[in-house]
Amino acid sequence: MVLLEVEHLTIDYKTRKGIVRAVNDVSFSMEKGETLGLVGESGSGKSTLGLSLLRLIPFPGVITSGNIRLEEKDILSLRDKEMRSVRGSKVALVFQNPMTSLNPVKKIGEHFVEFLRTHKPHLSKKEALEHSKKILDELGIPDERINDYPHQFSGGMRQRIMIGLAITLNPSLVIADEPTTALDVIVQDKILDLLRDLSRTHNMGLILITHDLSIVLERCNKIFVMYAGHQVEYGKSKELYRNPKHPYTQGLLRSIPNIELADQRLSAIPGSPPDMLNVPTGCPFWPRCPDAMKICKIKVPPITSLGDGHVVKCFLYGGKEP
Amino acid sequence: MSIMWEIESLKKYFPVQKGFIDRLVSRKTDYVKAVDGVSFSIRRGEVFALAGESGCGKTTTGMLMVRLIEPTSGKMSFEGRDISMLKGEELRRLRRKIQIIFQDPYASLNPRMKIGKTVGHPLEIYGLAKGPEKEKKVLEVLNEVGLTPPEKFVDIYPHELSGGQRQRAAVARSIILRPEFIVADEPVSMIDVSIRTTIIDLMLNLREKLGLTYLFITHDLAIAKYISDRIAIMYLGKIVELGEKTELFSNPLHPYTIALLSAIPIPNPERKRKPMKLKGEVPSAIKVPAGCRFHPRCKYATEKCKREEPTLIDRDGHLVACHYEIDV
Repeated sequence: MVLLEVEHLTIDYKTRKGIVRAVNDVSFSMEKGETLGLVGESGSGKSTLGLSLLRLIPFPGVITSGNIRLEEKDILSLRDKEMRSVRGSKVALVFQNPMTSLNPVKKIGEHFVEFLRTHKPHLSKKEALEHSKKILDELGIPDERINDYPHQFSGGMRQRIMIGLAITLNPSLVIADEPTTALDVIVQDKILDLLRDLSRTHNMGLILITHDLSIVLERCNKIFVMYAGHQVEYGKSKELYRNPKHPYTQGLLRSIPNIELADQRLSAIPGSPPDMLNVPTGCPFWPRCPDAMKICKIKVPPITSLGDGHVVKCFLYGGKEP
Repeated sequence: MSIMWEIESLKKYFPVQKGFIDRLVSRKTDYVKAVDGVSFSIRRGEVFALAGESGCGKTTTGMLMVRLIEPTSGKMSFEGRDISMLKGEELRRLRRKIQIIFQDPYASLNPRMKIGKTVGHPLEIYGLAKGPEKEKKVLEVLNEVGLTPPEKFVDIYPHELSGGQRQRAAVARSIILRPEFIVADEPVSMIDVSIRTTIIDLMLNLREKLGLTYLFITHDLAIAKYISDRIAIMYLGKIVELGEKTELFSNPLHPYTIALLSAIPIPNPERKRKPMKLKGEVPSAIKVPAGCRFHPRCKYATEKCKREEPTLIDRDGHLVACHYEIDV
C-alpha cells in the first residue's frame, strides 16, 4: 500500500542575497512499512525535503510547486489546524540534536504527557503517564526515570526519548534527520536498531536522512540520493549498490571506506559541492562530473526510469534527443 | 624505523569546578581523569592513529604532546629528550618541529586574516622570512597543498573558501615551518564525504614528500584503517589495545575493540553484520570503575577484573590490556 507520494516538489528559500532552490523538482513514493534512506552532502536539500513532509520548513522557505500525499491525504492543501493534528499522529520527526530538542526544565514524563494530551485532550494526566511508561519500556528505559530531567540522561538515552516521543501516537511515517550524527558508533548502532525494531513492530514507514551512505546501504530498503537540491538517483539499496548509474552515486560509493576490505583504494569526487546561491546551469553536477557532455551544461536532465523502481536524472541514460 | 616519541604513564587530570556550598562543605576536589596513564611510542615516518569514543582522552593526549596543556604526570620523550617540562625559548624552538591541525577549519582560521597572512604567520613568528621571500614561501606551500593557482588564494579571506579548501589552508599553515611531526585532530570529520579522501590523500602525499610523522586522532575507525599504520584504541583515559592496523582489524583481542569494530556500519546491503552488544554506557571519567575500567560492560568479566587493573601486554607488537584471552 502506498504511504507517501511526493510529486514535482520544489522548495525555495527567498533570501536577501537571492533565491536558494533547496529542493528542485523532486518525486518519489514510499510503501507502508518501508525504510527509505535520504542521502546527500551538506546543503543538498535533504533536511528541507524531510521538513516539508511535515510542513515545517523554516522562514523564508516556501513550497513553490508540487504535491505531497500522505495516505492519500493532500498535505499541502490542509488548513493549519488540520496539519497540526497530522503532525505527531500521522507523521513524526526525530531531530538531529537530542541535547537541544528536549525542554531542559521539564521532566521526561511531562514531555510525554504534554504531547499525548495535546492530541488526545480526553486523556487524564494519570492515563497519559501510564501510557508514557509503556513507551519508556519499549525504549529500554527503566520507568522510574520518568521523573528525571533531560540533563540526567546521556546523549544516547536522550535520543531514545526523542524517538519515543515520535512514536507515541503510532504515526505511519517517522522522519529521522541525522538521528545519530552526534553519537558514538556503539550508541549509533543501538539507536538504529531501536528505530528498525520500532518501525517493524508498529509497521511504520521510516525516512532516514543522513550524510553517511554506509548506514543507509546497511539499513534501508530504498535509497534516494540528492545533490544540490536535485534528486540524482533513486532505487532499491541492493540495486544502487550493485549498479550505481549516476556519476555522483558512483563517486560517493568509491569514496567511503569499508573496514572489511583489505587495501581499499578510495577516490574522491573532484571539486566541491556548489554554492546554493550560484548553482551551475544545466545539471548541477557537471563541473565535477567525469562524464560531462555539452548538453549537461545547458539543460537539466530529465528523470529516466531504468525499470524496477530505479530512476536516474542523467543524460547518460536518456533524454539527449528532443 | 627509529622511535620518534616515547610516551610513558602520561596523565592529565582536570579538577572539577564545584559550587560555592560544596566548596564550603568538603575540601576534597574531584578530578576528571581525561588521560589516566597512557604509554606508547611513535616511529619516525608512521601514521599513528588514536581512536576511541568521545571522552576517551584522545584529543587531550594530542594536546599534551603539542604542549598546549600541561601534563599532571608522566614522561613524553621526543627524539630522546623529555619535553614534558620544557619552558620558554626551548619550548618555542620545539614547536617549530611539532605542529597541529584542528578539527574545525571554520574555527581554526582567523576570519579577519587573509589566507596568505594566516599561512605565512608562523614564518613571521619565528623570524624566518619576511617580505618577498616570505611571499614566495607562502605561494610554494599553497601550491603544495593544492590551493592552485596560489596567487588567487593569497589575497582572499577564509569565508570565501569551501570547507575542504579551508582545511587545505590549515594544512599549509602547519607545514610551512617544515615540522617533523603533526598532530591531526579529526581533520576530516567536518568535511563533506565526497572530498574527505582528497584531504587524507594530501596528508599522505605530504608525509612522503616532507618525511612527516603523524598522530591521527579520530573517532572513525574506517578512516583510521585507511590512513594509519598502527592504531591505538582508547577507553576512558587508557589504551586498551594497540597494533598494526591489519592485525588489529583482523584479530582484535580486547572485548571493547571487538564491540567497537562490530558496530561500524558496512557499506554493503548484501552483508549482514553481527554486532557484539555492550551493556550500559561509558561511565563518567570522574568515577572510573575499579580494576579493569571496562569490566562493568564486559560479558567476560570475572572477579579478577573487578579487583586488578590489567596492564598492556606486548604479544609480538600487538598490545592488549585484558586479563583473559578471548576467542570469538
